[in-house]
Amino acid sequence: MASGAQSGRVDMTGALRDAGFTGLVAFGVLLPLIGFLTGVDGSNQLVLTTRWPLLLAIVAVVAVCRFLYCFAIMPWLARRAQQPIRAASQAWRGIVANWFVPFGIAFLIIYPVIVYLTAGTSGGQKWIDNFGIQILIYVMLGWGLNIVVGLAGLLDLGYVAFYAVGAYSYALLAKTFGLTFWILLPLAGMLSSFWGILLGFPVLRLRGDYLAIVTLAFGEIIRLILINWTALTNGYAGITGIPRPTFFGIPFNANDDGFAATFGLPFSPLYRVIFLYYLILALALLTCFVTVRLRRLPIGRAWEALREDEIACRSLGINTTNTKLTAFAMGAMFAGFAGSFFAAREAFISPESFTFIESATILAIVVLGGMGSQVGVVIAAIAMIGGTEILRELDFLKSIFGPTFDPTQYRMLLFGFAMVAIMIWRPRGLISTREPSVFLKRRKTIAADLVKQGRG
Amino acid sequence: MEYFVQQLINGITLGSIYGLIAIGYTMVFGIIGMVNFAHGDVFMVSAFIALIAFLILTTWLGITSIALALFIVLVVAMLFTSLVNWVIERIAYRPLRGSFRLAPLISAIGMSIFLSNFVQVTQGPRNKSIPPMVQGEFVLFNQNNFPVTLSYKQLIIWGVTAVLLLAFWYLVAKTRLGRAQRACEQDQKMAALVGVDVDRTISMTFVIAAALAAVAGTMYLMYYGVVTFSDGFVPGVKAFTAAVLGGIGSLPGAVVGGLLIGLIETFWSAYFSIDYKDVAAFSVLAITLIFLPQGLFGRPDVEKV
Repeated sequence: MASGAQSGRVDMTGALRDAGFTGLVAFGVLLPLIGFLTGVDGSNQLVLTTRWPLLLAIVAVVAVCRFLYCFAIMPWLARRAQQPIRAASQAWRGIVANWFVPFGIAFLIIYPVIVYLTAGTSGGQKWIDNFGIQILIYVMLGWGLNIVVGLAGLLDLGYVAFYAVGAYSYALLAKTFGLTFWILLPLAGMLSSFWGILLGFPVLRLRGDYLAIVTLAFGEIIRLILINWTALTNGYAGITGIPRPTFFGIPFNANDDGFAATFGLPFSPLYRVIFLYYLILALALLTCFVTVRLRRLPIGRAWEALREDEIACRSLGINTTNTKLTAFAMGAMFAGFAGSFFAAREAFISPESFTFIESATILAIVVLGGMGSQVGVVIAAIAMIGGTEILRELDFLKSIFGPTFDPTQYRMLLFGFAMVAIMIWRPRGLISTREPSVFLKRRKTIAADLVKQGRG
Repeated sequence: MEYFVQQLINGITLGSIYGLIAIGYTMVFGIIGMVNFAHGDVFMVSAFIALIAFLILTTWLGITSIALALFIVLVVAMLFTSLVNWVIERIAYRPLRGSFRLAPLISAIGMSIFLSNFVQVTQGPRNKSIPPMVQGEFVLFNQNNFPVTLSYKQLIIWGVTAVLLLAFWYLVAKTRLGRAQRACEQDQKMAALVGVDVDRTISMTFVIAAALAAVAGTMYLMYYGVVTFSDGFVPGVKAFTAAVLGGIGSLPGAVVGGLLIGLIETFWSAYFSIDYKDVAAFSVLAITLIFLPQGLFGRPDVEKV
């Protein structure tokens, strides 16, 4: 197999042997968990049933894929690597890169109009709410986390804690003191970034992977406190009846002083959804704008330098602790904004919304998109969050796999798989900002020795 | 006093399980410098494999001898979990050697999410509970109407852990493989130059780590009698805490750290608040990393250019 791959020759017996071995290993790995199903019978006792056809089918698919990989794909890749790269594709890429952002923003601005015209009131609400707002929240969170992970190279596994701080700040302050959304939005951001500094200060001296685990621990601690401090947060039951945001003081309801009545329109819940859509779009674009501008300031360059090599940074006189703290606080602030928006949109929050899986999802978006790439985050968020929503819609799969088949349960499975796959095939993400523009003969990614990342 | 002794017994039992998982973290970290985030989920997978093996033995084959069944379950779980972890290393970590520093960690996080959801999808999200495998207990002494007991299953956990730790210590200290592992830990390039097969040694490290996690998984299943797909996360983080507390990279440190975390958690639940027991364990992690990053037995980490 190895010799065949290197010379680009096709090696039939080697590929067959390899496929057989892979099939055998797959059989061994999948035998316990796919071959047997544990279920409960009538008397609540665990019973086993077997799923041999499924197991054998999966093993066969794995073996065939492996065979095709060894027999056809690997020699093809080896041949392709030796061919020179055409310059035309680079020019085409340049055009796409130049026009993607303005077109994207213009599309986002007219998106509700398009949806309203094509899907009508009830369908439009679903499309704007489930797809538009939902994706934009994750885009915003992804951009916020991108400051911490993508620019400063600090792996933060507890990012959702700051999102939770923002959401609970808004919910509690709005319910207790009756403050409005527009006062609480900056306040929630400030509180979140205050927590970011508080948690970040002691731990930012740590090395990359330790930092990741400590932020994970902090995220879990905050969630456990939210669950257990029932006097303040109402525990698992969560906080209900959070005031909704208003249109500069005009509430979105059916009353006489509501939005629809004030502007002489017939009442429809769609107005609130559209308002929320533009609100989160503005917040997300603000996040992006601030990030892009900060990147060109000395602080942004210090972040990126820190990501590349911390020791070199220190020797150049950059205060690494302060630099990391600003990145951490900045990321936390945007999470706080997003959190207060989330609380205002849902009007209900509970600790269930702030689990580690949320952090992992946001991290996955940043990683898959390409750490440090703003456009990559958008594409990854659309693919992952939009993909999840689309999974819900795939009813035809039920007719293939039976009525109990629920595509949404495969969502996190695909997330995890995508994270591993991206790390292997494109460690810099879908949109990698630092791909070399000049290369000799062979197209290859920069060796990791040259760009050391994540020493922070 | 009697309450204290009882908690001590419970804490050591829990600590043994954490210690077994912690060895996996510390070995992998020692040899390739990576936090194997998926290790907790490997532990959970092993508990499921043990559950299935136990059900096959008792309901299909009708084995009534619990000792025999437990032994077979242990061996089966160790074998299959080792295979699983070997495959994980091949697929998710080996291609990333030499990639940037956070790449293996991100890959491991993805693997962790994948494993727990794989189990959820294939085995269902419900708790899987089995009838108690081992029943009965010794009453050590009875004071103020509070009997201090040491149950058989606790005794089994202590015994199995002790035997396996001895075997494991022998493996690392006396065998060729152990020597190769220690050589790779110190300097991979140099080890390769003197003829150590580095790839194979790293693979074997993952296999051993998984085998020990499988012991922990089987013991966990026997002790609590219930397992679910999300059971890997919290024990995984606690075992990682144990490894850090003991000094990551140090094998005795992992065991001592595991026992300490088990005791801290048990006593915290017993004397303060059971609601905040996870907060206590996570706080220990943060406090250790901030004030004693090299742990109890670890070497200080020197940053090299």
